[in-house]
Amino acid sequence: MNSSAELKELFIKQFQSFENTLNGEKELPLHQIRKDAIEEFSNLNFPSIKDEEWKYTNINPLLSKTFKPADSIPEVDPEFINKYLFDKKEFITLVFVNGYFSKEFSDVDSLPKGLILETISEAIKKHPELVLNYFSKTASAEKNIFTALNTAFADHGTFVFIEENSIIERPIQILYVTKADDIFVSPRNLFLISKNAQVKIIETYAGFGDRSYFTNQVTEFIVNDNAVVEHVRIQDEQLNAFHISTLSVDLEKASNFSSYNINFGGSLVRNNVNTKFNGGFAECRLNGLYVTQGSQFVDNHTSIDHAKPNCLSNELYKGILNDTSRGVFNGKVFVRQDAQKTNAYQQNKNILLSNDAIVNTKPQLEIFADDVKCSHGATVGQLDKDQLFYLKARGIQEKEAKAILIYAFASDVVHSISMLQVRDHLEALLAKKLL
Amino acid sequence: MIEIKNLHANIDGREILKGINLTVNKGEVHAIMGPNGSGKSTLAQVIAGREDYEVTEGEILFNGKNLLELSTEARACEGIFLAFQYPVEIPGVSNTTLLKNALNSIRKYRGEEELDAMEFLTLVKKKMSLVELSEDLLRRSVNEGFSGGEKKRNEIFQMAVLQPKLAILDETDSGLDIDALRIVANGVTKLKSPENATIVVTHYQRLLNYIIPDFVHVLYNGKIIKSGDKSLALELENKGYDWVIEEAAELV
Ligand SMILES: Nc1ncnc2c1ncn2[C@@H]1O[C@H](COP(=O)(O)OP(=O)(O)OP(=O)(O)O)[C@@H](O)[C@H]1O
Ligand SMILES: [Mg+2]
Repeated sequence: MNSSAELKELFIKQFQSFENTLNGEKELPLHQIRKDAIEEFSNLNFPSIKDEEWKYTNINPLLSKTFKPADSIPEVDPEFINKYLFDKKEFITLVFVNGYFSKEFSDVDSLPKGLILETISEAIKKHPELVLNYFSKTASAEKNIFTALNTAFADHGTFVFIEENSIIERPIQILYVTKADDIFVSPRNLFLISKNAQVKIIETYAGFGDRSYFTNQVTEFIVNDNAVVEHVRIQDEQLNAFHISTLSVDLEKASNFSSYNINFGGSLVRNNVNTKFNGGFAECRLNGLYVTQGSQFVDNHTSIDHAKPNCLSNELYKGILNDTSRGVFNGKVFVRQDAQKTNAYQQNKNILLSNDAIVNTKPQLEIFADDVKCSHGATVGQLDKDQLFYLKARGIQEKEAKAILIYAFASDVVHSISMLQVRDHLEALLAKKLL
Repeated sequence: MIEIKNLHANIDGREILKGINLTVNKGEVHAIMGPNGSGKSTLAQVIAGREDYEVTEGEILFNGKNLLELSTEARACEGIFLAFQYPVEIPGVSNTTLLKNALNSIRKYRGEEELDAMEFLTLVKKKMSLVELSEDLLRRSVNEGFSGGEKKRNEIFQMAVLQPKLAILDETDSGLDIDALRIVANGVTKLKSPENATIVVTHYQRLLNYIIPDFVHVLYNGKIIKSGDKSLALELENKGYDWVIEEAAELV
């Protein structure tokens, strides 16, 4: 047991050891960003339930642990990895184990024209200007202790750059696997999508082993004019794991961004999804699903900033909670004064499968413009008894009947994913979790 | 096939069924008639295993088994099928999903092989023609956006696929136009065999012109107060229920 101050000290000390391993890389401009970030980190405090943004999410279980940085690639069962991978012929595949890029499991040969794909540490050496122009801007470390911590340790992760007018047909799958060895990992992604480009990216987080670990993850997305992006995030961490993530997205003029934020794993999970319209006529769809059991705790905080007029946002988050698990949904939609002709729709729907499951939901709309169409709402309910009886009266076993209804409830979150393999994979994960 | 003895059932502490006795043998068709609210649907749902109703007295034997000890799904697997008076809509669950799961669950229960996708499709197409439903209905969500008549036809279609031993049709004729009524009735008639039995709950003689009952029962205030042959249905249609109710009152 240690206090939040002790854990902070520990991370700061570990940063010094981390620095010592960097050798020559200490001279690169990235390192100054890291040093600024650890400085910011040391000035901030871990949030408590007294903070409005963490009101329902008590991170004491995380703070009472100690974690060390991962320092090597562990032995890993290929079968475990393959469970999460899609067909490598159809998907460009990157696998990281304990934060380290694994050549063995990845397939990044014969990349299509118009795509630069590197680990973030390689990218900084090869394309310093490109990276430094955007790195740590969309997701700023300022006043955000977890982003600061991730930035300080930023070394592992993925850099994607899509050139103007390039349509990347093969989706990119990035799998982060962690061995539960009381370690912490800080995956950091930067995705730059140029004008008129199109791409599909899947991030998966998974873990194995009996102990605990802490994934502290940040993804930054720049979606330029007219670009089209489909982003699927699958969180299936091991059930003792801690997972904190931030996805920050800048949307430029007439761009189109669809996000699928799917959560099955983790003991304590907090996802922040922040999107901002920097140009007009852009569209943003945020879809989310959390399926929890046992004593899992999953918190999704999303925000959509309509800073520019004529944009559309459509958000649908659904929760299925069993046993004594808890869910939190907080969705903010800001419609700024200039953002006339905004369309903003937000829904959070939950099904509680047990009497002891709890969900705290707070959809929030703050509208400062007058010519807008907005709606929001939240529901918490149970499986429909009449529907369940109908299925059982046709001979379907109770467990299967429930699974069918739950899948039907969840399906509209994932049905618009364009990649059939991904949909099938999610269906299988869901079935495994339900039966 | 089914023996119902002195069946009493409550909902929310209120007694709805007050001592039902009914025996249906294989090959038979029984019609149950009676005024609104008399307990016809309650009886049908208690047989199917709806847990909202509490059985306080009596028993139901189905082919010798104590039905009240079986779960809803086990009863269905044993061969009981309820065509609902008000079929529920299930958005997001396709008719195919429902039928495939139901059929394979029943087959598994009976120790039969599950059907593969091709065999299933062949079977389903054959049965669809029986009730003249179009194939695109398979992909649609269960009953969602179906017209009243389509819902009822869908019930009979499911029955055709699942081939129950005892079918209970709860007002399957209500809300059907004349053509649909003929289609449904023909479907039911074609599914009849010396090995299965049917209980038809109805308010109207018109269905019984097609599906000819061996017995007609009047259910009133939770009890069967009169039983007769098919002529009773005609008599009820002409004279209403009052005379039966009065007759029963005199007996008490
Ligand atoms: N879920 C319920 N909660 C409370 N009362 C109920 C419930 N279901 C049925 N009842 C009551 O039980 C009685 C019998 O209802 P039931 O539906 O069995 O009648 P019915 O004979 O099928 O009528 P109808 O001809 O209108 O279909 C009615 O008084 C009804 O209000
Ligand atoms: Mg009724």
